[in-house]
Amino acid sequence: MSDRILEVENLTVDIPVGGGMLHAVQGISFHVDRGETLCIVGESGCGKSLTSLAVMDLLPSKAFRGANVLNLADEDMLSAGERRMSDIRGNTMGMIFQEPMTSLNPAYTIGNQMEEGIKRHKNVSTAEARERAIYLLEKVGITGAASRLSQYPHQLSGGLRQRVMIAMTLMCGPNLIIADEPTTALDVTIQAQILLLLAELQREFDMGLILITHDLGVVARIADRVAVMYAGQIVEQGTAEQVFNRPTHPYTQGLLECIPIPGKTDRSKPLGSIPGIVPSLIGKFSACHFAERCPYAMDECVAENIDMQGAAEAGHEYRCLLDNETCDANARKKGVA
Amino acid sequence: MLIYAVKRLSVAILVALTVSLLTFSMIYLSGDPAMALAGEAATQADIENIRRVYGYDQPIYVQYFDWLGNALKGNLGQSHYLNSPVSEVIFTRLPVTMILGASALSFGLLLAIPLGVLAAMRPNTLIDRFALGLAVIGQALPSFWFALIMIFFFGVALRWLPITGSDSWLNFVMPSIALGYYITPAVMRLTRAGMIEVLSSDYIRTARAKGLRPSIVLFKHALRNAIIPVVSLAAVQFGFMLGGSIVIETIFAINGLGQLAWESILRADLPMMQAIVLVLSCFYIILTLVADILNAFLDPRIRVS
Repeated sequence: MSDRILEVENLTVDIPVGGGMLHAVQGISFHVDRGETLCIVGESGCGKSLTSLAVMDLLPSKAFRGANVLNLADEDMLSAGERRMSDIRGNTMGMIFQEPMTSLNPAYTIGNQMEEGIKRHKNVSTAEARERAIYLLEKVGITGAASRLSQYPHQLSGGLRQRVMIAMTLMCGPNLIIADEPTTALDVTIQAQILLLLAELQREFDMGLILITHDLGVVARIADRVAVMYAGQIVEQGTAEQVFNRPTHPYTQGLLECIPIPGKTDRSKPLGSIPGIVPSLIGKFSACHFAERCPYAMDECVAENIDMQGAAEAGHEYRCLLDNETCDANARKKGVA
Repeated sequence: MLIYAVKRLSVAILVALTVSLLTFSMIYLSGDPAMALAGEAATQADIENIRRVYGYDQPIYVQYFDWLGNALKGNLGQSHYLNSPVSEVIFTRLPVTMILGASALSFGLLLAIPLGVLAAMRPNTLIDRFALGLAVIGQALPSFWFALIMIFFFGVALRWLPITGSDSWLNFVMPSIALGYYITPAVMRLTRAGMIEVLSSDYIRTARAKGLRPSIVLFKHALRNAIIPVVSLAAVQFGFMLGGSIVIETIFAINGLGQLAWESILRADLPMMQAIVLVLSCFYIILTLVADILNAFLDPRIRVS
């Protein structure tokens, strides 16, 4: 088996709405290797969550998914039926959701909900499932793990529930975990703990991790590679180092301008912001999606679809007409390079 | 759980006492009970005599506690009309009404809940429209009229089912349908709305993300949560059904409590009416208590605090 766990090529998600077709995800490509953390960043509504649901094949029934390649550990998930997909979900590929308060069923105990997945996928006894649940609850830092199994979700805090969700996702020893903004609903003090825990577990169990977030601070700490999404497209992709130290796309540069970095940001200047709003994705339009808000926009930007082009280093690519030197110069001028 | 059950039980007992007080005061609703009993031609001496024999000359709280004490011992007084103990009459009639109630409730729930679930699984499809149509008809159709239509088709025209009496289970088919159909619209709608809400909830997505079989997702994770409000509603609807049974039993000439109530109203048999109201109310109270405890069993947020 190769180290490539997930390979996604030209993934699209279309949702019919009153005024036509909403092209929520427009042909994005990425991959995740074993032991690698890919962070997908972008603002609300850019298609991050739909991308993760599309990979899991858990999209709402009215949304349409398309892709050229969607492989999980060399298995083609595009041709897999719902039956096969349900064998994969929760088994080799797990997902952690944004809302720990509502993601657990209020009617069943933690133990029941943790054990049912592994009993569904693996040939284990109740005692073995229980043992694994206790082991994983301890792994995610929950004290008194054995007694937690008989507790109900409403008896746990949000942070504990998210830890339970993480432990639950690990039950079958998945190759890939998709975490969709797992800390958004939590206290700021808990957020860092949960993310570091995820990063630690990812290393220990040697899994692929896709972390979806809009918190660039988090990304800087745990990402191996970063994909920046804007309005349904990936506009820049590369290693964390490349994206943070040599941001090329004007949107990425704008994002980085918005967050203070100790020792790098000029204290006397106000923090940056990106003017304008995200364009509507209803109907087809061929232009750079960021053109309306871009300080460097040219006539050519709205004339045609912009393709990805390689940056200076291998593995770093961006979706802009500007050449690499100009981008680097812009980044230095903005103080984000 | 035990604390919760005890709490609910004490509330139920308080409600039962309130009902008994209201029931007791029924005698005084139509004026002086002694005068009513004695009839129009009675002399003042007759009235005084009746007043003394029946204890109406005692202070009213003494009368209430005497009545309540007797009722708790199973002595609900003497029927003015049938000249036999009220409790005896009631206990010969009660089983019939209980069979009717239980089969009507089963019919209603067995029709409403699966239909509601199916409608929720496929909203805005043919099955959903059919279910909603059935609910609208159920709400618009008076049960006595529905009963008469059934009698006409299945009893008179097709001769499939007996139209009166309570001798065999066949006698209960039409009354149960007429009575049970009455509760279908509300239960069906609540099941449908609850299932639609639960099916779009985050924990259902979690269950699917675990790769669980669709049937497990539907029954274990969705229905269990959607059914909780339905249990409470079913108990309330059962109360309406007890009232409805007076009409239905009269139409189908079923010798149950409902028909007894109707006869007693016509005969102005106050002790009998009192007792029937008391017994039916107690049934309703017990059922509500059962619903509360069942809900606590289904929903750990009620049970475990």
